[in-house]
Amino acid sequence: MTANALIAAALRRRIVVKSFLAATALLYALTNVALAQSSKSTRPSAANGKTVFMRVGCYTCHGTVGQGGAGTRLAPNTMPLAAMQVWVRGGTPGWSIARGMPAFPTTVISDSELADVQAYLAGLPPPPKPDDIALLRP
Amino acid sequence: MEKKPAEPESVDRRSFLAGAATGAAVMLAKQASVAVAQETAPTQARAEPSVQAGKAPGRPASDYMVDVFKSLGMEYMFSMCASSFMGLHESILNYAGNKSPQAIACTHEEISVAMANGYAKIDGKPVLVCAHSTVGAQHATMALFDAYADRVPVYMVLGNTNDAANRDGEVFWVHSAQDPCALVRDITKWDDNPASITHFAESAVRAYKIAMTPPMGPVALVVDDHMQDEQVPADLRVPRVAVPTPPAGDSGAVAEIAKLLVAAENPVLIADRAARTPEGLTLMIELAETLQAGVVDSGHRLNFPTRHPLRGGAPAQADVVLALEHGDISNVARQARQRNAKVLSISSTHLFQRSNYQDVMRYAEVDMAVAADAEATLPALIEEIKRQTTDARREAFRQRGAKVAETNRSTYERARTDATYGWDASPVSTARLSMELWAQLKNEDWSYVTGWVNWPLRLWNFDKHYQYIGRAGAEGVGYYAPASVGAALANKKHGRISVSIQPDGDMMVAPGALWTAARHQIPLLIVMQNNRAYHQEVMWFQREALLRNRSLELAHTGFGLGDPNIDFAKMAQSMGVAASGPITDPKDLAGAIRRGLQVVKNGEPYLIDVVTQPR
Repeated sequence: MTANALIAAALRRRIVVKSFLAATALLYALTNVALAQSSKSTRPSAANGKTVFMRVGCYTCHGTVGQGGAGTRLAPNTMPLAAMQVWVRGGTPGWSIARGMPAFPTTVISDSELADVQAYLAGLPPPPKPDDIALLRP
Repeated sequence: MEKKPAEPESVDRRSFLAGAATGAAVMLAKQASVAVAQETAPTQARAEPSVQAGKAPGRPASDYMVDVFKSLGMEYMFSMCASSFMGLHESILNYAGNKSPQAIACTHEEISVAMANGYAKIDGKPVLVCAHSTVGAQHATMALFDAYADRVPVYMVLGNTNDAANRDGEVFWVHSAQDPCALVRDITKWDDNPASITHFAESAVRAYKIAMTPPMGPVALVVDDHMQDEQVPADLRVPRVAVPTPPAGDSGAVAEIAKLLVAAENPVLIADRAARTPEGLTLMIELAETLQAGVVDSGHRLNFPTRHPLRGGAPAQADVVLALEHGDISNVARQARQRNAKVLSISSTHLFQRSNYQDVMRYAEVDMAVAADAEATLPALIEEIKRQTTDARREAFRQRGAKVAETNRSTYERARTDATYGWDASPVSTARLSMELWAQLKNEDWSYVTGWVNWPLRLWNFDKHYQYIGRAGAEGVGYYAPASVGAALANKKHGRISVSIQPDGDMMVAPGALWTAARHQIPLLIVMQNNRAYHQEVMWFQREALLRNRSLELAHTGFGLGDPNIDFAKMAQSMGVAASGPITDPKDLAGAIRRGLQVVKNGEPYLIDVVTQPR
């Protein structure tokens, strides 16, 4: 979640800052978030992306290396972050409890975490060709 | 009432002769190895009153019951032991010498029935399953439902103390029911609670006929425990069984279907349980090749070879769809209606359905429905298609077939490419696991006795009917482990190597099947697909929580099978099954499979625990 979004969320939820100390603490926290995101936005962490991919449960449908399974293949040829955000935030159009990719809100996976996940998937090596795998030759 | 001699219809109604008192030329029925075909009844036979049980010197009625089961070709009795069928069990061991049927010890009635399900799908006929009438039947029900939904003949006998005066204590009371089959009536084709030994024999034979007539299905028969101990004449006759020929489609309907198929530009065949027997597979190939039409195999049997060039097709683009012993084709029919395509159905399920359990599927608005067994109808349909096909149509067929074959080649290539993704991953990909197995199986006589993992169907070469037995008919968890053991037992006499890719959650429902495999030396290579979760439910939980905009942090609470991880190798070893694993590095698979196959070739089961990707 971006700093602006955090502020907006706080305002929407009518968070009342009851003391100067609390207001200072909030400002400090938001500044840190903004700084961290600024840093991450330029350098997403593939290592953290793998951790997030497993923790959030992306692997359950897409496999631990994004190879696909119940869900579509995510690596290699990983989609750009902007496209991934559309899918992750919106899910498959018409998704339901029975089928489709669900929408993941920022409370489950933040924007920066999503960027890390994209970096993890994009950094995975391509698989060998089928003919280069003896067991897959006809 | 006089009966006409050798009239099949009269046989079932003919009562048995009460030993020497009749003075008739009764032919003895103690033909241990004779299966279905039996002697013709004496011409002077008359309908006589039932045997007065306990009044004539003779032998235990349960010996006679065993003779009846022998006459039906029952090779095994699968059971978790119980007092209510102790007489029968004793007769199998001491009268029949534990042969045909041979007693196979099971640790749960669900295992007994699921084993019988797997056995029947390989062998084409049922074995005897015995269970307590109350607690045993309750354990058996889910597996029975799987068999019912899968059209598999399972023959279940429930021991019961019918006469309340004979219930000697509290346990007898809670283990007796007024109507024991009521519990399973919704998921069986037929049941009975015979009141006499004569009644038993006729119902036992009738039950077999009903179970084996398409659409096949489970039957249940109560045997009163005191009746098992009654004395019956030694020469009591076993009634003859004539299993009805399966119903074939009428000639007019067959001609009309042939006409539509011959005229079609892009027909597609859908087959789900069409190939009941190896002959069914042969006929499906002939039908497809005659028409040069693609075949979509829905996967509850091996209806079509996996590497045949005509495997595949797009029902959504067809102008005529022929569905054979199909499942849910309501969507196919709906889409066809929108583009003025025809959907034709040949299925024995049009002849029989029960109401409560909803395996009937959504109503499909087809253009023509033939209430007949598909396999039995195929010879006439193929001949009619050949008769109606002109040279011009044959050429059109040829061109069409070439297109289907090209699509088939693309599909296979896509499967090979798909399998490369995650090839070296840890946990092991299910594609890698499948192909490591295939590398060592393809030159053997093998049978894949579970159908949960789909990669074998995409990449292995299945071309024999026994190589694939489909999935759990009702998708009941706890089917695969015991069903694969039952199927492996049926494969044993043919020397086939049975292989299962076994889901971990399913194994945990009925792990006792491992002990049965070890106890009775049933050769089966079990390769665990151990994803350490009830994975399907994990994914459902994710959707449920996200629909409510809530946390996924507890996604494995109640759905996971880790923490602690289950050591399936140790579990198997504890029950006498040699095992290895857990394997997490795919490079370790080949050696483990090699060792496992050696054990299986020596006639024993072997388990390899493989920690796998979720799917």
